[in-house]
Amino acid sequence: MPTKIEKDAVTGTMTTGHEWDGIRELNTPLPKWWLWVFYATIVWSIGYYVLYPTLPGLNGILGWSQRAELADGMAAERERIRPMLDRIRATPVTEIRNQPDLAAFAVAGGRAAFADNCAPCHGAGGAGAKGGFPSLADDEWIWGGDPDAIQRTVAFGIRSAHPETRQSQMPRFGTDGLLTPAQISDTAEFVLSLSGRAAVPVAVERGRAIYAEQCAACHGAEGRGMAELGAPSLADQIWLYGGDKAAIEHSIQVARGGVMPAWTDRLDEATIRMLTLYVHQLGGGR
Amino acid sequence: MNLVTKSGRAPPPVEAGDASIASVAAQKADAPLYAHRIKVYSKSVAGPFRRIKWVLLTLFLAIYYLVPWLRWDRGPGAADQAVLIDLPGRRAYFLWIEIWPQEVYYITGLLVLAAFALFLVTSLLGRVWCGYACPQTVWTDLYMLVERLIEGDRNARMRLDRQPWSARKLGRKVAKHAIWLLIALATGGAWILYFVDAPSSIGPIFRGEADAGVYVFVALFTTTTYLLAGWAREQVCTYMCPWPRFQAAMLDEHSVTVTYQDWRGEPRGKHKAGTSWEGRGDCIDCGQCIAVCPTGIDIRDGQQLECIGCGLCVDACDGVMEKVGRPPRLITWDTLARQEAKAAGRTVPFRWLRPRVLIYLVLISVVGLVMLGGLAMRATVELSVQRDRSPLWVVLADGAVRNAYTLKILNKNRDQDTYRLAVDGLPEARLAVSGDDGDAVVSAQPDSVATYRVFVSVPAGRKLPESTPLTFSATRQSTGETARHGSVFLAPRP
Repeated sequence: MPTKIEKDAVTGTMTTGHEWDGIRELNTPLPKWWLWVFYATIVWSIGYYVLYPTLPGLNGILGWSQRAELADGMAAERERIRPMLDRIRATPVTEIRNQPDLAAFAVAGGRAAFADNCAPCHGAGGAGAKGGFPSLADDEWIWGGDPDAIQRTVAFGIRSAHPETRQSQMPRFGTDGLLTPAQISDTAEFVLSLSGRAAVPVAVERGRAIYAEQCAACHGAEGRGMAELGAPSLADQIWLYGGDKAAIEHSIQVARGGVMPAWTDRLDEATIRMLTLYVHQLGGGR
Repeated sequence: MNLVTKSGRAPPPVEAGDASIASVAAQKADAPLYAHRIKVYSKSVAGPFRRIKWVLLTLFLAIYYLVPWLRWDRGPGAADQAVLIDLPGRRAYFLWIEIWPQEVYYITGLLVLAAFALFLVTSLLGRVWCGYACPQTVWTDLYMLVERLIEGDRNARMRLDRQPWSARKLGRKVAKHAIWLLIALATGGAWILYFVDAPSSIGPIFRGEADAGVYVFVALFTTTTYLLAGWAREQVCTYMCPWPRFQAAMLDEHSVTVTYQDWRGEPRGKHKAGTSWEGRGDCIDCGQCIAVCPTGIDIRDGQQLECIGCGLCVDACDGVMEKVGRPPRLITWDTLARQEAKAAGRTVPFRWLRPRVLIYLVLISVVGLVMLGGLAMRATVELSVQRDRSPLWVVLADGAVRNAYTLKILNKNRDQDTYRLAVDGLPEARLAVSGDDGDAVVSAQPDSVATYRVFVSVPAGRKLPESTPLTFSATRQSTGETARHGSVFLAPRP
């Protein structure tokens, strides 16, 4: 509290009357207009209470909300990109790749759609995951890796409920008793030999005959696979369900194959095309 | 009033309502915690320092208004404005220099240089920046000129303000504020021209066809110019500007400042023509130094925060000394050390080279050289590399290991060019550009960033550590200029 307002002997300036442990404050008056500016900011703040949501229950006469602002922004953005999406709908995917601006837009849009819809199984960046979720960044394609094939897979899925789905079923050679465990073991040994990894030459020779009879129709005589039937190559270094002998035997035993939903009913045509181009440029597109 | 001033002298008595001349400090000595502003009616004055101020004012205003119109040819398709800050285009142009946003340190360096130059000048010559070059001073001077032309000089203005409102008074006030606002508008408008192409933008701005943002900024700078130069004036220097508060740290007893030579002027008092000057000082206490002061101070009180060092009181006092037949420069530019010596009857020379001056000079040289070096060695091609984080690597059908990278080539040149991409650090690594099966030669548009997705693969069967350092390079084919950027190649655990 102000105690004694007096004149400071050294400077000749009046003190404010405040004193702290013997230290007194000289009075250097603040300009009145400065004080009024401060009051003006208080008055200004009242405007916010009137116009904008402030305290709970006070929503402001402008009806402004962050949620509405976001919705407006999203709507404006959708409107902004509409011409590009129209162009994508009107252009075949193979043709989009020849138009740099459209291709860049499609890949960017596909990246976002991929993260939302595909990454849970195929991993960020199409890295793939153990247990039958193939990598989309490598150069092996079970159902084909050219843009049209990718687009068809995305649109209709694999073993999905859609009538145009990609469909194939490998026989369950073990479960259904088509081959004996010994024959399965020999076949697996032969499959290993296709990628140069066989250990028992006699078993490979025994397996060769079984493979030619049972497997070659789909996987090909040299195990190169057949994309039309979704039969993967057995001659390369990429193994969806594991490439050691036990894993191969298990695959022959129970006939493994994944399921992918059809996206044509969930995503619009433009998004599917953008997804196609994004997946195609991940690294392995043909 | 019984003020004891710094020099231990009592200033002349001032009574309330007295029309005699008193400094602002003297007028508000008994003010409460909040003080009314005491309006400063500065009188016109003629003299060498006033002339210097007019010359500099003209020069600075000319620079400010004309620079946006200077052209600079940077080749076809490029901005041809000599000084331009292109915010949407993310470029800043200054004559032959063009900087990208990531090179904003050049501007930082300029600001550092400006700060040290200010410190240097202040330690040598006191607040000449404040008195002669500060925009607040320049525009306030201009506004005061307008005010004087319309309302008359100090006494006429004081009289006008005391008069009741009349058509004549209203007319003068309206005219003054209208011209002030026009000047403010021109100031705010010219500011915009540093951010847009001046010749092609000025028409749309006048026709109301420019962006709303342009008008917001014109309005902002118009308002601040009008308020700060028309109304706030010396209040900006006294209350808002931080510089007066700490510029004293650059001053010492050898700094040249505006100084009242009290050993010569005191004891002051009125002097009747023809009487002797024996036994008294030269100061006739006419108050002209206060009357002309744009901040309303009494320089005879000694150095004070409000003094902007403009030297108008020197001109005013010289005029008076000439009239009364005494030597000029009772108020002068001098140092405290010299004043002390003169008071004791000695003369000492100015001391310009002092440790602080040398330190500032060294700092200015170092920063200047570093900036010059940076500018001279500024790369016109840069490369940045981001490696894919997912997947970290891909094993291909033939067992090769492949990593993917995004390369950005910053082509700061004015022509389109092709760049050869290469990778160094893995002997057998093969580099391929996505969507291009060729020779890893890519093109970049002029003055832009070209982005390419690049695959690096190592054939199967090679022993690879989990992480191998790599260096990417982009070589400009026309000049051989090469930019490099490091990254790593990741492989599955062996």
